[in-house]
Amino acid sequence: MSGSAAVAEAPQPAGQRLHPAGLLVGFVTNLPQLFVPIAAVVLGGDSIANATPLLVAAILGGSFLLRWLSWLRFRYFIGEDDVRIERGIFSRNARSIPYDRIADISVEQKPLARLFGLGEVKIETGGGKGEDASLSFVSLAEAERLRETVRARKAADGSPDPAASPEETAAAPIFAMDRRRLLTLGFYSFSLVIFAVLAGAAQQFDFLLPFDPWDLGRWIGLAEDQGMAITQIARSSQLWGAVLGLAGLILIGFATGIGRTVLTEYGFRLDRTAKGFRRRRGLLTLTDVVIPTQRVQAAQIGTGPIRLRRGWHWLKFVSLASEGKRDSHHMIAPLAQLAEIWPIIAEAGLRQPEAEMAFEAASPGPWIDAWLIELLLLAAGLGIAAYLAGPLVWWGLLLAPLLALAGWFSWRHRAHATDRLQLYARHGWWNRQLEIARQVNVQSVSILQGPLLRRRGLASIEFGIAGGKLSFQALPLAAAQAIRDQVLAIAGPVDYSQLGGAG
Amino acid sequence: METDDSLTALDPAYCKVLRISAGVQALVLLVIAGFLESLPPPPGSFLIPAALLVIWLVAIAPARRFARWGYRLDGDLLRIAQGYLFYRDTVVPLGRIQHIDVRQGPLMRRYDLATLTVHTAGNLNAGVDLPGLRHDDALAMRETIRQHIKQAQP
Repeated sequence: MSGSAAVAEAPQPAGQRLHPAGLLVGFVTNLPQLFVPIAAVVLGGDSIANATPLLVAAILGGSFLLRWLSWLRFRYFIGEDDVRIERGIFSRNARSIPYDRIADISVEQKPLARLFGLGEVKIETGGGKGEDASLSFVSLAEAERLRETVRARKAADGSPDPAASPEETAAAPIFAMDRRRLLTLGFYSFSLVIFAVLAGAAQQFDFLLPFDPWDLGRWIGLAEDQGMAITQIARSSQLWGAVLGLAGLILIGFATGIGRTVLTEYGFRLDRTAKGFRRRRGLLTLTDVVIPTQRVQAAQIGTGPIRLRRGWHWLKFVSLASEGKRDSHHMIAPLAQLAEIWPIIAEAGLRQPEAEMAFEAASPGPWIDAWLIELLLLAAGLGIAAYLAGPLVWWGLLLAPLLALAGWFSWRHRAHATDRLQLYARHGWWNRQLEIARQVNVQSVSILQGPLLRRRGLASIEFGIAGGKLSFQALPLAAAQAIRDQVLAIAGPVDYSQLGGAG
Repeated sequence: METDDSLTALDPAYCKVLRISAGVQALVLLVIAGFLESLPPPPGSFLIPAALLVIWLVAIAPARRFARWGYRLDGDLLRIAQGYLFYRDTVVPLGRIQHIDVRQGPLMRRYDLATLTVHTAGNLNAGVDLPGLRHDDALAMRETIRQHIKQAQP
C-alpha cells in the first residue's frame, strides 16, 4: 500500500466480464426452475394447436436472452483498495467491497461447472444477511488468481489472521451438566411447552422453547384416539378414560421432553480454550463447536416461570457467525444458576449488571395505546360475530380486562439500563430475558417513532449488533437521543477491523 | 413534529420521483377500484374512497415524505433520517460499514439520481438506503467512506 495512497483516485480499469461458458452452465443449472411454466404451456397447449413447441422455445429463449443481457451488463473490478461489482440490466447497482472488510473468499465448483473448468467465487464480509457477492462463473485459473489477489491485498492491509491454536483439553470445564441436571432440564422442557400452550401466550416463547407444532398435533391426535376408543365402552367409564388419556398425555410429554433433552444436551461440556469457548454435547450426534471469544457480541440470559422458582436460567451468546452466517445464537449453558453464569460471561469480557444498577422502566403509554387498539379490534370482531350468531357473543367483551392484564405484565417487565461500557435490556414476564451487550460492539443505532409514540413524545431505540439486535422501548425522545450520542461516542471512533475476530 | 436543521435535504428532483412512483401505484389502485365498481354495492362505494386515497398518495404524501428525508455525513458518522408516519433516524459509524452500493433505476437515471446503500454487520440495519442523491454526490460519498475505511487500518 506504500505510496499508492496518493494515486488512489486514478481512473479504474475497464473491468472484466464473467466467463462466457458460465452462461451455458447457469442456464442448464436453472432449467428445473423453468419446469413449471413449460409444464403449464404443454398441458394448456391443447386449445391452441401447434403453438406448444413455439411457446416452449420462447420460454427457453427468453430465459437465455435475459441471462445473456445480465451477463453483458455485469462487470467486476479488482481495484487498488476494493473489489467492485457492477450489474443490472435496467436498474444498475455498483457495489464496492473494501479489502479490509472481506472476511472470506471461497471458490465453489459444482459438477457441471467443473466439466467446463469453471468456478464460482463467493465473497463474504461481516454484512448482516446472505453472501455479499458472487461471481458465477469465472475460469478456475481466474478464480485462483482472484483469491490470491484478494488475500495478498488483505494481508498488505495488515489484518493478521489469528493462527488457530491447538485445542487443549487439560483444564476442567468451566461449565458442565451431570445426569441429574440433564434430567431436571428434561422435566422443565416438558412443563414449559404445556404451560405455554395452556396460556396460549404466543408472545415470547420464540426461541426459548424447542416448541414445534408438529408435536402438539401429535398429542391432540393421541387424545382423539383415546376418545374414540372410550366412546365404545360404557358411559360411566368415560371419565376414567379421560383421566387415563390425560395421564398418558403427561407421560408422553415428559418422555418427549426428557428424550429430546438427552439427545441434544447429553454430556454437555463447556471448556475455555486459548481461542475461545469450546462446547461439546449430544448423545448420538456429538457436536463440537468453538466460539472465539472475540466474536462474542452479546449475552442473553433467560428463564421460565417454573425454573425461576429454583433459580435456574439459561445462557446464550450472540456471536458473529463464522461460517454461513447461520446459528449466531449459541447455547452456552442450558440450565445453570446465576452464580455459575456470571463467571462464564466474565470470561467473554462481559460484565454482570451491578446490584445497585437502576433499570429504567418503559413508559406505560404504549401499553395503553396497544390495549385501546386491541379493544377496538375485539369490539369490531365481536360486532360482526354478534350480527351473524346472536347477541350472546358480546360476553366476549369479558376478554378485555384479560388483554389489559397481559399487556400490563408485559410492559411491567420491560426495562433498560446503560453504564459506561454496556447496554442492558430486560423483557418478558412469562419467559424473562436479560440481554447484555458492549457498546463498542454496536454497529448502528436507530431511533424509531410511530404516530402513537410521537403523540406521547416517546421513541424506541434499536442497536444493530452483529448476529442480533438490542432494543430499548418507549423512552422519552430526549433520553433516547442522549443514549444514542453516548453509545456513538464509544462505538463511532472504533473501526470494525479493530474489534478483533473480524478479519 | 420537530424538523432537524442539521440534516441535508435530498435533491428536489427526488420529490418528483416519489410522486411519479406514487402515481403508478395510484393508477393500479384506480383500475382495481374500477373493476370492483361492477359489483352490487351502490356506485361510488369503491371509486370514491380509492380517489381520496389517491389524492393523499399523489398530492400530499410525497412532499411530506420528501421533507422528512435527510442525511448528514459528519466526521466518522453517517446519519440517515426518513419516514413521514413512521420516523426512523439511523446513525451508522463509517468505521462499521462493510460494503457500499450505488444503485440507479431507470426512473432515477432520468433525473440523474442514485441510491446509496451502506451495509453493516448488524442483523438490524443490514442495509441502510439513502435515495435521491445526485449520482455524482453518491459516488463522492462512496469515495469518502472508502477512504475513511482505508485510513482506519493500522
